[in-house]
Parts: sequence; structure tokens; C-alpha cells
Amino acid sequence: MKLEIRNGRLIDPARALDRAASLFIDAEMIASVGEAPRDWRPDRVVDAAGCIVCPGLVDLAARLREPGFEYKATLESELAAAAAGGVTSLSCPPDTDPPLDEPGLVEMLKHRARQIGQARVYPVGALTVGLAGATLTEMGELAEAGCVAFSQADVPLHDTLMLLRALQYAGTFGHRVWLRPQDHHLAFGGVAHDGEVATRLGLPAIPVAAETIALAKIFGLVRETGVGVHLCRLSSAEGVAMVRGAKQEGLPITCDVGVHHLHLCDVDIGWFDAQANLMPPLRGTRDRDALRGAVIDGTIDAICSDHAPVDDDGKQVPFAEAEPGATGLELLLPLTLKWANELKVPLVDALARITMGPAAILGAAPASLAKGSAADVCVFDPAAAWTVCADALRSQGKNTPFLGLEVAGKVRATLLAGRVVHEA
Amino acid sequence: MTRNPQLNANGELTHLLTLEGLPAAIVTHILDTAEPFVSIAEREVKKVPLLRGKAMFNLFFENSTRTRTTFEIAAKRLSADVINLNIGASSTTKGETLLDTVDNLCAMNADLFVVRHSQSGAPHLIAAHLTAKGRSHVHVVNAGDGRHAHPTQGLLDLYTIRHYKKDFRALTVAIVGDVLHSRVARSLIHGLTTMQVPRVRVIAPRTLLPTKVESLGVEVFNDMREGLSGCDVIVMLRLQNERMKGALLPSAGEYFKHYGLTGDKLALARPDAIVMHPGPMNRGVEIESPVADGARSVILPQVTFGIAVRMAVLSIVSAN
Repeated sequence: MKLEIRNGRLIDPARALDRAASLFIDAEMIASVGEAPRDWRPDRVVDAAGCIVCPGLVDLAARLREPGFEYKATLESELAAAAAGGVTSLSCPPDTDPPLDEPGLVEMLKHRARQIGQARVYPVGALTVGLAGATLTEMGELAEAGCVAFSQADVPLHDTLMLLRALQYAGTFGHRVWLRPQDHHLAFGGVAHDGEVATRLGLPAIPVAAETIALAKIFGLVRETGVGVHLCRLSSAEGVAMVRGAKQEGLPITCDVGVHHLHLCDVDIGWFDAQANLMPPLRGTRDRDALRGAVIDGTIDAICSDHAPVDDDGKQVPFAEAEPGATGLELLLPLTLKWANELKVPLVDALARITMGPAAILGAAPASLAKGSAADVCVFDPAAAWTVCADALRSQGKNTPFLGLEVAGKVRATLLAGRVVHEA
Repeated sequence: MTRNPQLNANGELTHLLTLEGLPAAIVTHILDTAEPFVSIAEREVKKVPLLRGKAMFNLFFENSTRTRTTFEIAAKRLSADVINLNIGASSTTKGETLLDTVDNLCAMNADLFVVRHSQSGAPHLIAAHLTAKGRSHVHVVNAGDGRHAHPTQGLLDLYTIRHYKKDFRALTVAIVGDVLHSRVARSLIHGLTTMQVPRVRVIAPRTLLPTKVESLGVEVFNDMREGLSGCDVIVMLRLQNERMKGALLPSAGEYFKHYGLTGDKLALARPDAIVMHPGPMNRGVEIESPVADGARSVILPQVTFGIAVRMAVLSIVSAN
């Protein structure tokens, strides 16, 4: 199968490339950029006039809900959502039921994902058995089965000694550990940022110190062990400053932010809107602004969708009882574009945060349009506006704080290994 | 922020969910409406037919005797049919969701829900759900949600203050105790600032104050003697038993020593200061008996006014 993407504006952050050029794809690979290979006779031509052609997006946090929560979403529904969102590689956290702590579960997940064939799935394995924080998982076996890193998802690990051991063990085999920095005790029972909004609404609060104390603990252990840690979902200005300092110090850390946190803050809770119940909580405007800036200067390496399909039953309850999270796979691109547009970030830099940035953290996913790369491609119209509503989303999760908002940026075609997996 | 969800398109009160953002004119209208209802209670026949034929459901997801009873009396004096549901012990424990319960009661032709819930925002959720289902003729009155609001308590406190002090605009009011967990405090603070009370103080140890409480428009005092000085009104908050000993406070005894209202601390307030309490009181914990039962205490009149104020609220929202 020979495929040509014609008339588009090619943006490849990995090579700092931004120019009008055609893309030539042959046998699942990028065969050429700009100039047609000799005797080129395409089987198919995709007209990308008015569109941007970039590497397929890479998402570091997409809950697929399998196994265990198939009533919320299935691999079929969520991988279709990924393709519709231009996401060709994604990693899923281990907070399934049972958690991803056994090789068989990981193999099954990989196998199902390959069968569906709409996105590459990179599972993150459980750091401890059952995420219970007591016993290390068989990381070697899990890595062979396809796990790219190990984490506790959102489940706290109370025991600092256990965390030290887990880092040492993971580091022995060169595995990276992903941690969400949140002190369990300070966050316990909290559902909103500890500030004016939570005080006014009488919502149990989570102070910023829950993040900074966890970061201090993690940095201490990283210094102790030298083991690389990826920090998931930063939420506060103080957290950003600490990560910036730790990077300057040379600690082997990387960091991501959920795309919601680049746009929303605690006032968006309004009158108890459960759609704005996210974890970590939406913080103040100063925090949001710090996060927006930190993605520009590279303190934050990647923007992720933090995709969490939550059904209506999980949201049609009082705020504090609501299940945290929002659907995100199909909003990652438009919300990243919105951030870039508002802060005048060049598109090549903005797209880096949802392609090569997260790909480097995963260590495996393709994220370049260079000749010879796997042909994972996203073709999108940056000007096409659409309204976020249940009918417009492929994901089984229809709940998001952006319902009703008009966004710009529509995916016209998604290619996975040279195959068109989504067209609109 | 979204439009105030308790007002209809004409700016009239259709639900009472919180005192925050409620125009002063509506607050005054409720207090004025309550006045003649106070005297109804003194009549031989304590009934008016304003809500005849209406079905009011007392929807209590959290235990309460006093508030539920006063709402029941208020509705009965307005000639409404009152149905009491103690949900804590029924459907939700069987797995029914809050909104399922509401839909079922709507199918029984409810006109009014009086809602008490342990979660902040539950009455807002119900009001939004009724609007989404096209049942805007059904009204919701918040009888206390989590730590968020207890608007009828706030209104009866305002009524009591106006009754004894006449003009809000020259007063110093102190609210003493567990502000962190108190919906009563939040509602009263919003009510007082709406009515342009110039000095609203909160007095508590730092473990019982929410973050940035001053953003609500209050002055913060950790020293009770300092905070009470020159006050016209002292509102004591109830300290829940489970909070008396533990991480928030070391002991009830130490709390009483620093934050209990005694005769000598009361002497620091203005000589004509009144003492209020939303009830039920913990004698010897937040207030000593001679003060609770003393000449300056208006705690029992608060209860009487509470029925009149709830009659006013029920009749006003039902009319809109």
C-alpha cells in the first residue's frame, strides 16, 4: 500500500520542521518527505489542503477501563476515540480491576489492542502487587509482557521505605517509575483545592502542600537512588518551581500535566459542577498560569489527556461523591491548540509536547515524520471548529467540563503504521 | 460563574439554596413576610391556607430533629401536606441514587422538597436536575448541606438580629467556634455581608477556620477576648462531639477555657449585646449555662422566629 498525503503543512517537532510538503508512505513507513520516491504510483492520495500533517499524538495517560470496568468503557470504544483524536500511541495506567500486576493481564491487553489495531498501547505496570503497597511486582516479567514503566496509578504508597525499595528494584533493571506526587494524609478526603472556592462551597480541601511534600520526598529518593522518575499530573505553581529546581540540579526526572489543568481552575467548579471534579484538583489561577508557562519552558515535558471515561452515574451525584476525571482523548489536540493559540506558542513547539515529548518518556513510541520512521500520522484542520457534546465524542465517556464549548482543531485523518484508522 | 440557580428568569426566588449572592431586597422581603407569621403562632387557630393542597416532602438524608420539626410545623401552619422521609434509613442504603429518589417523589406529585444532606451541593444538584427534567414548578429548599449552607438558619439569625437591633448597618457581629465545618456560619456570614453589617468577626483556633476565610468578608480573631470586645451580637457555634478531642482540639476542657462563652467574657461585649446559638447547645463546652439561660440570651426566641421565617420561605418560593 502506497499512500501520499498531499498539499499539507508538515510539522515535525523532532526535526524542528515546519513547511509545506507532501508525505510519501510505503510499507508502513515514511518513504520520503517532500520529494516523491522514484516511480511513485500511490494507491491512495489524501488531500491535506488547509491541514497540518504531524506525527501521531502520544498520550501518557488514557484509562481504557479494561479489565474490570467494561461498563464504563471498552478497548473498542476508547481506541476508536484515540484514533478520532489523532492519538496513535498511548499508555494506560495500571488501575484496572484486577490491576496490571501480572504478565497475563498485560499480554491480554496488548493482544486485544493489536487485534483492534487503532492505536499502539503501552501499559504501565503496577509497582506493587494489587497496588497495595506491600509487595513488589515481577517487573522483569511484566516488562517482557509489554509494560514500559511502573506506577501506583492514583493509589497512594504510604510507606516511604517501600517506595525506596521499589525505586531501587526498578532501577536495577533500568525501569522507570511513574509517580503522581500527592501526600496521602494531606489529601485524604479532599475534593477541591484548598482556597477561597472550597471555603465558600464548604468542600473538603487538598492543600498545595500535599503536592510539594510528595515532590520533596520523591526528589530525596531520586537523589538517594539515582533512579529516573516520571512525575504525573503536576497541579500547582509551587510544584512547578520545585520541578524546575530539581531539573536544574540534574535529577533524572520528567514531568507531565493534564490538559484540563492548562485551562481550568477552581472557580470553574461554579455551583458544584461535578464535571470539574478532577484529580489532582483544579487549583487557583496563579497555579494554572504557572503550569501554562512551564509547558513552554520545558519544565513540563508533556501534555496528556488524563483520559478517564466516567459514566453519568459517576457524575450525577453531589460534587464530593462524584468520580473524578473527564474524557480527554478527543480533546487533547484541540485543547493543546487552544493553549498554544492563547499563549502564542509556535505550533511546532506546541505539538512537541504531545508527540516527541511524551514519546521520549515512553521510550518506544514513534514520533517523527523522518524517512524510515513508522508512518503514524495525524492530519488535522487547525481552523475547523466543533462543539464538544456527547454526540461528537467516540469515547464511551461523555463527561467533560468542556461540554458545550466550541473548540478549534479537527482531526481529518489518522494513520497507524501507514493504515488509515480514522477519517472525517 | 453560572447564573444564580435559585432565581428564575424574572429574578424571583424559586429555590432557596444559599444566601450567597441573594439580593438584599429578597432577604428583606423574606424577613418582612415572616413578621406577621410570628403572631399567627399566638392565635387560637395557628393556620393560614397559603399552601393548601401542596405536598411538601421533608427529604432528610442526614439526621435532624429540630430543623425537620420546624419545617414540618411551618408547612402545616401554611396548610400544606407534609411527608417526612428519613432517607438515611431507607432507599439510598438499598442503593438508590439521590436523583432516583427525587424522580420517584416527583412521580408522587411533590411540590416542594426540603432537603438535608451530608454532602455540600446536594440541593443544587436536585434543583439543577428538576430544571433539566422540565419540572421547574417543583421547589427546593436547602435545610443544610454538608459544610456549605443552611440558609433558613441564616435567615432566622438575621430575623433575630433585626428584631433586637433594628439596623444592620451599625453592628459588630462575632461568630465563635467551629467555622470550618459550619454551614450555619457560612450562611450567616453571607447574610450579614449582604445586609451590609460593617464588622463581621470570626473567632476560633486556627484548626477550626477554613483557608482564606477572610475572603468571605470577615475579620479573623484567634483570641476570644479581643474578638468579643465591642460586639453587639455574639453567635456561638455548636462543637460536634467527635471534634472535641483529637487532631483539631486537644480536649473539650481546653476549648471551653479559650472559646467557651462565660459571663466574664460576655462582659467584654457591649452591655446590650445579645447571645445566639443555632442549637443544640453543648452546655459547658461552647457556652456556660448562666449565659445560655441569662437575660442576654435570645436562643429560644430564635427557635420561635425560625418557624415564621421558614413559613415565609416556603410561601415565597411556592408563589414563584
